[in-house]
Amino acid sequence: MKRRDFIVRSAVVGAGIGVGLSTDWRDLLGKPTRRDSFVFDAASRELAMRALDAARAAGATYADVRINRNRTQGVSTRERQISGLFDNDTEGFGVRVIAGGSWGFAASRILTFEEAERVARQAVAQAKANASARRRPLELAPTEVYPNGVWRSPIEIDPFDIPIEEKVALLLAANEAALGVKGARFVNSSMFFLREDRFFANTEGTVTDQTIYRANINMNITAVADDFSDFQSRSATDLAPRALGYEYVRDAKLVENAPRWAEQAVQKLSAKPVQPGRYDLVLLPTHLWLTIHEAIAHPTELDRIMGYEANYAGTSFIYPLEDFLGKFRYGPEFMNIQGERSSPGGLSTVGWDDEGVKPRDYLIVKDGILWDLQTTREQAPWLADWYRSIGQEVRSHGCSYAQSWAHVQFQRMPNVNLLPHPDRDVTLEELIDGVKDGIMIDGDGSFSIDQQRYNAQFGGQVFYEIKNGKIVGMLKDVAYQIRTPEFWNAMDLIGGPSTYWAGGSFGDGKGQPSQANAISHGCVPTRHRQVNVINTGRSV
Amino acid sequence: MAAQYLSRDEAKALAERILAMSRAEQARVNISSGSEGNTRFAVNQVSTSGDVTNATVTITSAFGKRVASVTTNRLDDESLRQAVEMSERLARLVPEDPEYLGELGPQDVPNVNGVFESTANLSPEARTRAVTQITGPSEERGLVSTGFLIHSTGSTAVATSKGLFAYTANSNVTLTTTVRTPDGTGSGWAGTAVYDWNDLNASELAERAIDKAIRSREPRAVEPGRWTVILEPTAVGNLVGLMMNALSARSADEGRSFFSKPGGGNKIGERFVDERVTIYSDPQDPRLLSSPFNNQGQPNRRMVWVENGVLRNLVYDRYWADRTGREPTGFPAGYYMEGGDATIEDMIRSTERGLLVTRFWYIRFVDPRTILYTGLSRDGTFLIENGRITHPVKNLRWNESPIFMLNNIEMMGRPVRISPGESGGLAPAVYVPPLKVRDFHFTSLSDAV
Repeated sequence: MKRRDFIVRSAVVGAGIGVGLSTDWRDLLGKPTRRDSFVFDAASRELAMRALDAARAAGATYADVRINRNRTQGVSTRERQISGLFDNDTEGFGVRVIAGGSWGFAASRILTFEEAERVARQAVAQAKANASARRRPLELAPTEVYPNGVWRSPIEIDPFDIPIEEKVALLLAANEAALGVKGARFVNSSMFFLREDRFFANTEGTVTDQTIYRANINMNITAVADDFSDFQSRSATDLAPRALGYEYVRDAKLVENAPRWAEQAVQKLSAKPVQPGRYDLVLLPTHLWLTIHEAIAHPTELDRIMGYEANYAGTSFIYPLEDFLGKFRYGPEFMNIQGERSSPGGLSTVGWDDEGVKPRDYLIVKDGILWDLQTTREQAPWLADWYRSIGQEVRSHGCSYAQSWAHVQFQRMPNVNLLPHPDRDVTLEELIDGVKDGIMIDGDGSFSIDQQRYNAQFGGQVFYEIKNGKIVGMLKDVAYQIRTPEFWNAMDLIGGPSTYWAGGSFGDGKGQPSQANAISHGCVPTRHRQVNVINTGRSV
Repeated sequence: MAAQYLSRDEAKALAERILAMSRAEQARVNISSGSEGNTRFAVNQVSTSGDVTNATVTITSAFGKRVASVTTNRLDDESLRQAVEMSERLARLVPEDPEYLGELGPQDVPNVNGVFESTANLSPEARTRAVTQITGPSEERGLVSTGFLIHSTGSTAVATSKGLFAYTANSNVTLTTTVRTPDGTGSGWAGTAVYDWNDLNASELAERAIDKAIRSREPRAVEPGRWTVILEPTAVGNLVGLMMNALSARSADEGRSFFSKPGGGNKIGERFVDERVTIYSDPQDPRLLSSPFNNQGQPNRRMVWVENGVLRNLVYDRYWADRTGREPTGFPAGYYMEGGDATIEDMIRSTERGLLVTRFWYIRFVDPRTILYTGLSRDGTFLIENGRITHPVKNLRWNESPIFMLNNIEMMGRPVRISPGESGGLAPAVYVPPLKVRDFHFTSLSDAV
């Protein structure tokens, strides 16, 4: 749907809502009601204000409302046929309140004034029930007020405007190109698009209206040995998901690239099994983004550090804070880790976070030292002493996020990036050149890390043996095991600005109930000395 | 507020209303509705909570073998009509799916009603009271508790233009808690899942987690390698579930599964694990109460997957069943793994040197050829020497397969219902026994507590 249609339809809906609908949602079944219940602009604002007013009247000291419409479309294929097509369009709103010093949250799919007021009162009642099990009242860091915030993902082509036939044809053509490689037996490919319209308002006067797009393409090719004794797959992990439009799909050159991925799947069948031992590793950005995600981005989440995620996602090795902030050497001096929600195409990029804070770029690791953490308004005051000591004001870094209207917002990572070498444009060739006996890893594969983010194990897609500065062949069954602080401090050189590339995840899980977040991790290739490599092959 | 979900009659009326709008050659409607509530707690107090109601409708339209699905959660006539038209428009545009077998007509679907009023009427106040049964004793003992309580009550229905209608409703509750020592050197976990809120005992859970937190303080390192392990039921379920997810007959027949047979075909009929292993699913078993049909309306019946160590069935969807001349099997959403008579105390007493494991974490695939996964122990790992627990040990990373584990069984205990996922979310019932297993492969140490 184009923005213009949206506004036109909104006006119709505004009238529909104004007449007031029954609060009993079941009454809606079978009754002709609205042309389209979803609204932005005036009607959204009115619905949000009704909820905020009802929350205040019921005793809330703070409240925010998020109205979301979520459109997703996915098409999947295998070999020479389509295997699935879906188009989802759902909506709803959530009201979060503070009452009695505790959070409360309630949500509903029914966008009517009466329902907004009911849900707001439900959230306040719930907060009051929670208050009996609360020891310290909540405090929110101050933030600027944005009464009319508007932001859109910077896309060129709306993927929902592209005919479905074109999408299917492109995937099938790419599959055909892959199957043209001898030995490539199975291909699965898919495209997924998301458009999220997010309306936000809070009792402090911030009102924002944002439209976020994300796109994801997947391709996986499997080669099976003629005698069924082995099979190997290659996922096209160099197709990083992006917060872009259909231009991202066209730029991915699926048909041109598919034979390369297929050939690599076939080559893996005859690749040399790795000898376990210590190797120098050269990690390409297509692989490294996931290691950064697990071993830097997650352990620097402040709620995790303070024990709020101990029951699932875990805590962090970064504790107690006074021993780490400004003191802990994460890596060499050329290591700078940035948190941002501003890079064009970055999956976490937004105008405002899910509690109305405008995120600013900042450094989490500065010149190799841990310098800052990921925060929301509730969490920033926990760092007041540190911020005072470095002369920084206490404010949220804008890391509040909720998967949908049905989920309460909490702290989620921004795009967390390893910045290029600060001094010069180091090339990949230079990184490889300095390796006598090592392995270069392309693409992300298996990944696992402990609940405090010390011990991790990573696989990959394609592994290249390096001997005396030259790539000499392919390896298989490679995984490396690390202890986070040693691993980053064993990094002796990283790529320069020309080697920077962003990978990312569409489905990072955290929280209970588990919520999926999408984030990008920009990075450069790195070289790490003497990392423990295991062989993962087994025979039954 | 009581849970809001569509009754059988309401779901049927809604499905008929939608099917009446359809102009496709064939159509299917999937309806899901319900309420979900949760309370989280951390640092001995409630942190966040939520109550959500939702209802979604998915319309699948087909012209010949051209198929598309559209989902909406707006249930007024106009929105539904838009969704129906969208699915028809998309279906006309896409290429044929040669594997589309058409919609099912009326099926003999087992009747399963898993709604418990105690769960359906659960209030935030009652959740807070349950949470306090954990935070209170934790605080009294100077410990730090964190956890998650979630419940839902809802219904799902499927209807087709060929006259099929199937409906089921159920309630579900999961409560998990992690209790840590303030110095961060000890951590204990306990969790459970029930359908009937009245069956939940939060105090007992608190005692288990508190006991483990205290006993796990200041763990010592042991050497990685092959260990005899006593796996508590949650740890067993963490691994057995990986095997249950790998039961695709098609992947096996295509040569890309552990269950592929060298030279072609699959391993049905072969003994592949210890002969004491029997695993089945059965929607009507009052302990399991899982959905009696899948999203196409295909009935899920009692299926024995593994019997006395022999692979009895793989998962056949309609298409692969049709291709291979077998019956579709449904999918083992919930399952029951039979056990033995040993208690965990018996297992400890019989162990000269081994490790006791509470649960596993960050379990990710490594190699599908052997269902090899990696992960770590967490929240209560102890050394056993000469028949008794001697001290807590540091957590360990493992690279292991449920296939190897189920071939190395020494003792089995009584199956219990567990919270099978790592996230403590709601899930169909899984019953597994505690196991004593030899040669479990730990590959490195972790400093994480």
